[in-house]
Amino acid sequence: MTAPPDAVLRTWLEQMILIRLAEDKVMEIYMQGLVPGTVHLCQGQEAASVGAIGALTGDDWLLCTYRGHHHALARGMDLEAFFAEIMGRDSGACRGMGGSSYVVDASLGMIGSPAIIGAGIPVATGAGMTARLRGEDRIAMCFFGDGACNIGAFHEALNMAQLWRSQVVFCIENNQYGEYTPFRDSTALPPEAPIAHRAAAYGMAHAVVDGQDVIAVHDMVAQARARAVAGDGPTLIEAQTYRYRGHSRTDPGAYRPPGELDAWKERDPIGILASGIGADGDLEALRERLQQEVDEAADRAAEGPWPTLDQARDYVFAD
Amino acid sequence: MSSRTDAPGVAAAPDNADVVTYREAIRLALDDAMAADDTVLLLGEDIAKAGGPFKTTVGLYDKYGADRVFDTPIAENGFCGIALGMALTGLRPVTEIMFSDFLPTAFDAIAMELPRWRFMSGGQTSAPVTVRASGGGGGRFGAQTSSTGESWFLQFYGLKVAVAGSPQGAYGLLRAAIAHNNPVVVFDHKAMHLRKGPLVRGDDRLAEVGKAVVARPGTDVTIVASLLMVHRSLEAAEALAGEGIEVEVIDISWLRPLDMETVAASVGRTGRLVIAEEQYHDGGWGASVISRLATAAAPLAVPPAAVSMPEILISHSPPLEDAMIPSAERIADAVRSVCR
Ligand SMILES: Cc1ncc(C[n+]2csc(CCOP(=O)(O)OP(=O)(O)O)c2C)c(N)n1
Ligand SMILES: [Mg+2]
Repeated sequence: MTAPPDAVLRTWLEQMILIRLAEDKVMEIYMQGLVPGTVHLCQGQEAASVGAIGALTGDDWLLCTYRGHHHALARGMDLEAFFAEIMGRDSGACRGMGGSSYVVDASLGMIGSPAIIGAGIPVATGAGMTARLRGEDRIAMCFFGDGACNIGAFHEALNMAQLWRSQVVFCIENNQYGEYTPFRDSTALPPEAPIAHRAAAYGMAHAVVDGQDVIAVHDMVAQARARAVAGDGPTLIEAQTYRYRGHSRTDPGAYRPPGELDAWKERDPIGILASGIGADGDLEALRERLQQEVDEAADRAAEGPWPTLDQARDYVFAD
Repeated sequence: MSSRTDAPGVAAAPDNADVVTYREAIRLALDDAMAADDTVLLLGEDIAKAGGPFKTTVGLYDKYGADRVFDTPIAENGFCGIALGMALTGLRPVTEIMFSDFLPTAFDAIAMELPRWRFMSGGQTSAPVTVRASGGGGGRFGAQTSSTGESWFLQFYGLKVAVAGSPQGAYGLLRAAIAHNNPVVVFDHKAMHLRKGPLVRGDDRLAEVGKAVVARPGTDVTIVASLLMVHRSLEAAEALAGEGIEVEVIDISWLRPLDMETVAASVGRTGRLVIAEEQYHDGGWGASVISRLATAAAPLAVPPAAVSMPEILISHSPPLEDAMIPSAERIADAVRSVCR
């Protein structure tokens, strides 16, 4: 694949910085008591979502998870609607019915973001079937964690996706842990083997990619997308990455061996792209501008009205 | 009583009615729904080339092809989740769960995903999926293939639930479910598959969502029943008519929305209520009917009765299974008890 043009790489850099700053902001407003419930943050995993989503067209569908802020922002969700949703306001992307875990904008092709581990994998497979049956140049992009690769829905969906050549691309964001447990303690694999090898059991194409390298992720997803729309079947991509924060808001991550976090931070996705395109000197100005956008959006979101029970009733059933 | 139906007491069939088996009514509903709307497609085990374990899809694969009728692997949770993905993106899938007893393997997809995605998105999406399941006892199939399962999903708000008590019900409810813009679970009963009754087909024969059907009018006692119990209640009503007791039988048809208007109007006239249900009473729709009447201070002349399953499990041994599933005699006895 030819390298993406400079302007595109610049956009990705901005998106990754925006996601990083927005996540830090979520934590800040959480501590101010503005965020009900809990949050699952993704600092460190920005490249996997930005690279993958950068390979999609506007028609493609996305299935995300409760750790999905980066998917929403990489897809271009309005920042105020994003923060308002996390704060449970009527002005939120999901009218305050979802919250941090479920924040989606269907007008951007984001059709769901379940909190149930693995539940989106069959759903993405079904969306990919719609594209195939209609003969459309369209895919479903499905993100999930390493932990999701052990639940039945993963295996059931991969089997059917391959059997029926669903136009779906699966992306495991392997951030090394499912909650507090290293993935190798819960996942039977040959020594050193990546999870993606499981695709071989279904005759499915698979690939392992450096999840900190946005260009590499983009390249891999673009190839998988092309294969899917050509009718050659899905691909299971494993993007190897790391989350800098704990599993959820209250988790200090004490189970991580000393030095591990610092080693991963050495390979920070924003730093890798910035130095790759010679933009190290621009980072500070970029951060400043994006920080202002983030702060203003969060301030406006905090003014949003609360939803009412009558509104909630309307969202249960369609007419 | 019509000579064209084996359900005693059912109002005479309209002249334009065919007489078909209940399972043929299901097949015709699927056929007509697929003909009417090319986004309708079917997913299930052995339903395509083989025509379905209960022959409810015979001929549909040949007629509509491999892109409309899918033989799935044995992966209920997976293919119900796939149906959700299809529905969110513009199709109207119908999944067939061979036996109701297999529904728990798909509990996540049906109970936790299908009914909640629209809500969680604040109404941005909708999920028009129909899940069909064949349930019920009488086949000597034993403990894991004999449940009706009809009330299992009632705590999962966001799902609608239909129960077919006749061939016309099987047809109209299924067509209504497929055309509906929300997920619906439609239960049928295996022991009724070969029973015949009148059926009028057509795009104007969709059941009204949430509307119960008065299967037999009467003045003295109201029986509210579902599935096979509708048939057995009609048998009981026929016997009781000989004793001078006129029973009104309501085929409840929808467990959500529950048609309390029809039930309350009937009970308002009769003052006497019997529930006939092939399930345990606690936590079931029959208990909800009684609770709703009680909290609305319905004018019951005597406490209601419920004919339900004893709190034992179903075995394949014939006398034991027969003792589990309410008979017309047990239903008639309950009616007599509320008439005393
Ligand atoms: C079916 C199910 N079981 C358990 C949980 C609780 N839970 C939430 S996140 C999580 C870990 C998931 O790990 P992974 O798939 O690797 O995703 P990550 O959190 O690392 O992004 C668990 C066990 C859940 N949400 N759903
Ligand atoms: Mg993980």
